[in-house]
Amino acid sequence: MMRLPMFDLRAPRTTDEAARILAGEGANAMLLAGGTDLLPNMKRRQQVPRTLVSLRNIGTLKQSQFNPAGARLGACVTLTEIAEDPRFRNGYSALWQAAAQVATSHIRNMATLGGNICLDTRCSYYDQNYEWRKSISFCMKKDGEVCWTAPGSERCMAVSSTDTAPALIALGARVLLRSGAEVREVLLSDLYQNDGMNYMLRQPGEIVEEVRLPALHGWKSAYWKLRRRGSFDFPVMSVAAAARLSPAGVVEEARIVLGAVASRPLPADEAAKSLVGRPLTEETIAEAAAQAARLAKPLDNTDFDMSWRKKVTTAFVTYALRDLRGDDMTSVNLSLGRHIL
Amino acid sequence: MPREKDLPKRASRDPKRSGDDLRVIGAARRRVDSRGKVTGQPIYADDISLPRMAHCKLLRSPHPHARIRSIDTSRASAHPGVYLVLTGKDMPIEYGILPVSQDETALATDHVRHVGDPVAAVIAREELTAFEALDLIDVDYEVLATISSPEEALATPEPRLHTYGEEGNIHKRVSFEFGDVNVGFAEADEVFEDLFFYQGSTHLAMEQHASVAAKDRDGKLTLWTSTQVPHYLHRSLAKVLGMPTGHIRVIATPCGGGFGGKSDPMNHELIVSKAALMLDRPVKISLTREEVFYCHRGRHPVLMKFKAGVKKDGTLTALDLQTLVDGGGYGSFGVASTFYTGALQTTAYHLPRYKFRACRTFTNKPPCGPKRGHGTPQPRFGQEVQMDKIAERLNIDPAELRLRTAVKPNELTANFLQLGTVGLSECIERVVAMSGWKDKFRKLPEGRGVGLACSCYLTGAGLSIYWNQMPHSGILLKLDRGGGVTLQAGTTEIGQGSDDVLSAIVAEILGINTADIRVYSGDTDLGPVDLGSYSSRVTLMAGNAAVQAAERAKAMLAEVVAERLEVPPEYLVFANNHVFDPGAAEKKLTFPEAICLAEAKFGTIGTAGSYWPPKMPAAKYKGGGVGTSPTYTYSAAIVEVEVDPNTGWLRVVNVWNTHDLGRALNPTLALGQVEGSIYMGLGEALMEEQDFRRLPKKLSHALVHKAPSMLDYKSLTSLDMPPVYTEFVEGPDPRGPFGAKEVGQGPMLPIAPAVANAVFDAVGVRIDEVPITPEKILKALAEKKAGRAPRFGPKHFPQIQWPEPLRVPPPWEGGDGRAINDTPKPPKPAAKVEKVLSR
Ligand SMILES: Cc1cc2nc3c(=O)[nH]c(=O)nc-3n(C[C@H](O)[C@H](O)[C@H](O)COP(=O)(O)OP(=O)(O)OC[C@H]3O[C@@H](n4cnc5c(N)ncnc54)[C@H](O)[C@@H]3O)c2cc1C
Repeated sequence: MMRLPMFDLRAPRTTDEAARILAGEGANAMLLAGGTDLLPNMKRRQQVPRTLVSLRNIGTLKQSQFNPAGARLGACVTLTEIAEDPRFRNGYSALWQAAAQVATSHIRNMATLGGNICLDTRCSYYDQNYEWRKSISFCMKKDGEVCWTAPGSERCMAVSSTDTAPALIALGARVLLRSGAEVREVLLSDLYQNDGMNYMLRQPGEIVEEVRLPALHGWKSAYWKLRRRGSFDFPVMSVAAAARLSPAGVVEEARIVLGAVASRPLPADEAAKSLVGRPLTEETIAEAAAQAARLAKPLDNTDFDMSWRKKVTTAFVTYALRDLRGDDMTSVNLSLGRHIL
Repeated sequence: MPREKDLPKRASRDPKRSGDDLRVIGAARRRVDSRGKVTGQPIYADDISLPRMAHCKLLRSPHPHARIRSIDTSRASAHPGVYLVLTGKDMPIEYGILPVSQDETALATDHVRHVGDPVAAVIAREELTAFEALDLIDVDYEVLATISSPEEALATPEPRLHTYGEEGNIHKRVSFEFGDVNVGFAEADEVFEDLFFYQGSTHLAMEQHASVAAKDRDGKLTLWTSTQVPHYLHRSLAKVLGMPTGHIRVIATPCGGGFGGKSDPMNHELIVSKAALMLDRPVKISLTREEVFYCHRGRHPVLMKFKAGVKKDGTLTALDLQTLVDGGGYGSFGVASTFYTGALQTTAYHLPRYKFRACRTFTNKPPCGPKRGHGTPQPRFGQEVQMDKIAERLNIDPAELRLRTAVKPNELTANFLQLGTVGLSECIERVVAMSGWKDKFRKLPEGRGVGLACSCYLTGAGLSIYWNQMPHSGILLKLDRGGGVTLQAGTTEIGQGSDDVLSAIVAEILGINTADIRVYSGDTDLGPVDLGSYSSRVTLMAGNAAVQAAERAKAMLAEVVAERLEVPPEYLVFANNHVFDPGAAEKKLTFPEAICLAEAKFGTIGTAGSYWPPKMPAAKYKGGGVGTSPTYTYSAAIVEVEVDPNTGWLRVVNVWNTHDLGRALNPTLALGQVEGSIYMGLGEALMEEQDFRRLPKKLSHALVHKAPSMLDYKSLTSLDMPPVYTEFVEGPDPRGPFGAKEVGQGPMLPIAPAVANAVFDAVGVRIDEVPITPEKILKALAEKKAGRAPRFGPKHFPQIQWPEPLRVPPPWEGGDGRAINDTPKPPKPAAKVEKVLSR
C-alpha cells in the first residue's frame, strides 16, 4: 500500500458544523470516523477526497442509551464497545456477534458502527492499489468502464461486506440521518440498494447520526459469517437471523438477512415467513435455509469459489437458526474459528 | 527465561553421548539479541534516515508481457522535487543470482516479463513526489502474447521470454536415471501412478524489502539493505556498477524475515546504489507490500507425476518422477530449484532405482525462487501422499511402511548423496507414541482423521552458488585484555538466531558467557565472507568456523596458562570465566588474566576459523552437486483434522512433530524454528496461493496477482494456529558443531502431506494438491458419492520432449558416481572462473 495522499483535515465539534462543512465542500469531502475503511482505500487511491471531516471530536456521536423502548447508538460507538457490552446480548445477540467478528481487536478498537454501516462495497478487482488497477485498465467503480466481475453488466457488482448491517436489519434497526438542520429517520434496510457503486441512498451531505433499535423482548438473534480465517477476514457470505418465539417455542415473527452475496444486505423475507407459526425444528430450519440460500448469487469477486459459497449458504442459515433456537454451537464455533463467541 | 515445561522433550539417540558437561550449548537461553528486539530497538532499513536523503519509487510494467518501444521521461524529470529519473539504459548490465541465469537488468531495457517488472526509477525529495512523477513517464509498449502457465509455455515457443535457455519458453530440462527403473517396475508387485500439484506461495515476511544507499566521503558506496545474502549481493553490485568490491560495503540490516525471499540480489538494491552514486546523496527505497509480491522468488508451482513400484511388503523397487515447474519471468535460483524437485527423493526411503526428469518454463509472472524447503516441499508432498496410498493398498500401517523402508545412517543413495546420521526411525516412533497414533489411525469417528508424513532436508548446500575453492564460512575472533570477545562474521542474522548460536559456540569453548561476546555480522567490511543465510547452512558451516576460531584462541590461552600454573595444558578447563585445573582448586586464572598473559606472549590475540564442506562429493555426474550436503535432518509429523462432510470445511485440530536435529544448541531457538516451519507448512497446506487472474482473453491480455496484500493473500495468523507438540530427537552428528544439524526448514516439509493424509483418514477422499481447501474436499466428496474416484487433483501431465537421461549406475550396481553416457566436455579455459553449482 502506498502512503496516504495529501488532504485537508477538519475536526468539527458538533454534527451541525460537520454538516455545514460537508455542504460547503460537496463531493470533495468525506466523513472520517475510525478510518479503518476509508484510510486504506485512500492509500490505494480508490477514494481520494480532498477534505476529511473527522467525527472524532463530536461527543454526542459516541453515546449510547438503553431504555424500555429500545436502544439508541451514536454513530461513533466503536465495535469494541458493542462487542464488550453485555446489554448487546440476548435480543441483540446478532449485533454483538457481528461486531465481535469484524476484523481484529485492533481494528475494532478504532472502527465505528456508523463507518461499518457505510463501509464501501468490496471486490477483488477494486480493492487493489492504483498500479494494480491500472494494469487491468481499471473498473467502473473507479477510473474505468467495465465491471470485470461481470463484463456484460451495466452495474457494478462489488459486494456489500459489512457485518453489522445484516444483523441490524434483522433486528429492525432504523437510522437517523442529518444534513444541516434536516433530520430524517429511515429503516436501515431502505438505505441500501443493490448497486456496488451507489449502494447507499444516503445523500452526500448526510451524516449517519444514530442507530435506533426497537426493544426486543422475547426475541432471539444470531449472526453467522463465512470467512477463510476466524482471526480477521471480511465476510464472504453471512447470515443474520432474528425471531420472536412464543414461550412454547413457536416462531411469531422472524427476519433473515444474507450478507456479502450481493451489493446490499439481502433480506430473505420468504424464508423468514416460512417459519412463522411453526417451531424451529430441523425440518422447518432446513426448509427456510433452502429457501434463503436460493437468493444468494455470489460472484467470483471475493475469497473462495463462488459456487461453493452458494452451496454452503444453506449450512450457514442452518447454523444461525439453530443458534437462536439455543443449540450448543461450541463445536461448530471451534471449527469455524469463531474464537470470541 | 523460557519455562522448562514449555520446551520440547528431548530424546537422545546416543545414551553414551558426552556433552552433559556443556554449560551454554544445549541450555535454553534467551537469545543474545532478544532485549533489543522486544524493546523495538533494531534499526531496520526502513528506519534509516540520513541527511539529504532522497526517495526512490519504481515505475512498474502494467503489462504481463511487452516490448518497450520507447520511454519518454522528460515530463517526470521536469516535475518539481524530482532529482533523477533512471531507465534501463542507465544500468544495462545483466545479473542474476546464478551464473547460468544472468537474465535480469535492474530496469527493463526493452522487454517486460510480468506485471510489476520495473521500467523506470524516479528519485525525488519526497516519496510522494516520486510516486506522482511515475505517472508522468510515458512508455510506449508493444504488447506481446501472455503466457500464464507452464502448459501454455510448452505450447507457445514464441514469443520467447528469454533468448537463452533450452528452447522456446523452456528454461531448463534435466533428466537422470540411476539404475534401470524398468527392471524395478518388473520386479514390483504393484505399480502406483499418481499426479500431484503443489501451488506456488510467497514468503510473507513481515518486513517489506527496504534499502538505503549512500556515497561515502571517499567516494565509496555503502548499501544498507534487508538481505539474506550480502556476499552475493556484493558481487552483483560490483558487476552492475562496474566497481571493485573493495569499494562497496554491504550492510545487512536487522531483518524482519526472509524465508528465501531476500536471497537474490534485487533490482531495487542496485537502483538505489546507482542513484546514490550519481546524485552524491543518500537514496532510500521502501517497497510496498504489493511490490514485495512482484519481487517474489517464492515457491514454484509444480505439477508432478510419480510412478512407484513396490513389493507386497512395502519395499520400493523403483521411482520414476517427472516434474513441471512454473518459473515465472526470470531465472532466479530456478535451475537449482528444478534439480531440487527431485534431488531428495532418495534420502528418506531406500530407493534402489530412480529416474528423475524435470522441466522449468518461463511464464509472465513474478519470478519464483527459493522459499523455505527450496524446491523440495513439492515432491515431498507427492512422495508422502503416495506412500500413504501405498500403505492403504498394501494394508500396512503408514508408520510401519516408513519404518521398513527408512534409509540407514551413512548410506550412499542411488543418486550418490552421502548421508550422515539418520534419526528417521526414532522420529517416527516418537511421533507415533506422543500422538496416540495407534488409537487414532482408522479408528476415529467419520469426519475426524490423522495423517502421518516424514521428510528429509539438507544442512547446507554442498556447493557454493559460484564455483570456487574458498571456504563457505569464516569467523574472526578478537580477545580483548579486559575479557571481552569480539566475533566478526559474514553471516546474516535474519531472525533465525545465528548471532546467538555463534556466540554460544564461542562462549562454550572459551568458558565465558554469551553476554561477554559482541557479534558483528552481515557487514562485508567487518566480517569474512559467509555465503549467506539460505539452505540451512549457517549453524553448521559458520558454527564449525566458530569452533575452529575459538579452539585456536583457546589453545593460545591454554599454552600460557599451563606455563603459569605449571600444569599440562590438556588438564585445563575453561568455564565460568576462569581457566583452571579441576584437580587443584587453587590453580586458576580469570579469563581476562589469561588473555593478558597470552597477549604478552603472542601479541594481539585474534584468530580466524573457516569451513569448507566435505571435498569431492561422491556424485561426480553433471548436476550431481545439487542435493549434496554435509549431513541431513529428518522429521516426522502427525496431523489430526476434522472435516465437515456437509461443507468440506477443514480444521486442523492438533500437530505433533519430531525432528532429528543432531543437537539443539539453544532449544528455545530450535523450537521457534520448528513452530515457524509448522506455521508455514500449514499455510501452504490450507490456504496460501500465489495465484493469478487472467482477464477474459477477448477483452484483455492482463494477468495480475489475485491478492497482493496481507489481507487477501491468506496465511494463518497466530489465532488460527492449532496446538503444536514438538519433540527433538538428538544424536550428535560428527559433521556439525557440537553435533548440530539444521532445524529451520526440514520440519516444514511433512506438514502439507500429513494434512492430506489426515483428510483421507477423516472422510476417505484424496486431495492430491495444495492448498487443501473446503471447496476441493467437497468436490472430492461429491465424486465419491457419485461412485467415481474419490479424489481432487490434477488429471493430466503434458507430454514433454525429455532429453536422453544421464545414466548413473547406483552404488549397489557398481556405480562410481559418474554417468556412463556423458560426453566429456572440453576442459574450460582456466581464466573462466564462474561456473554454476549445477555444473
Ligand atoms: C484488515 C481489515 C479487516 C476488516 N474486516 C472487516 C470485517 O470483517 N467486517 C467488516 O464489516 N468490516 C471490516 N473491515 C472494515 C472496517 O474496519 C469496518 O467496516 C469498520 O467498522 C469501518 O468503520 P470506521 O469507523 O473505521 O469507518 P471509516 O473508515 O471512518 O469510514 C467508512 C466509510 O463510512 C463513512 N462514514 C463513517 N462514519 C459515517 C457517518 N457517521 N455518517 C456517514 N458516513 C460515515 C466514511 O466517509 C467512509 O466512507 C476491515 C478493515 C480492515 C482494514
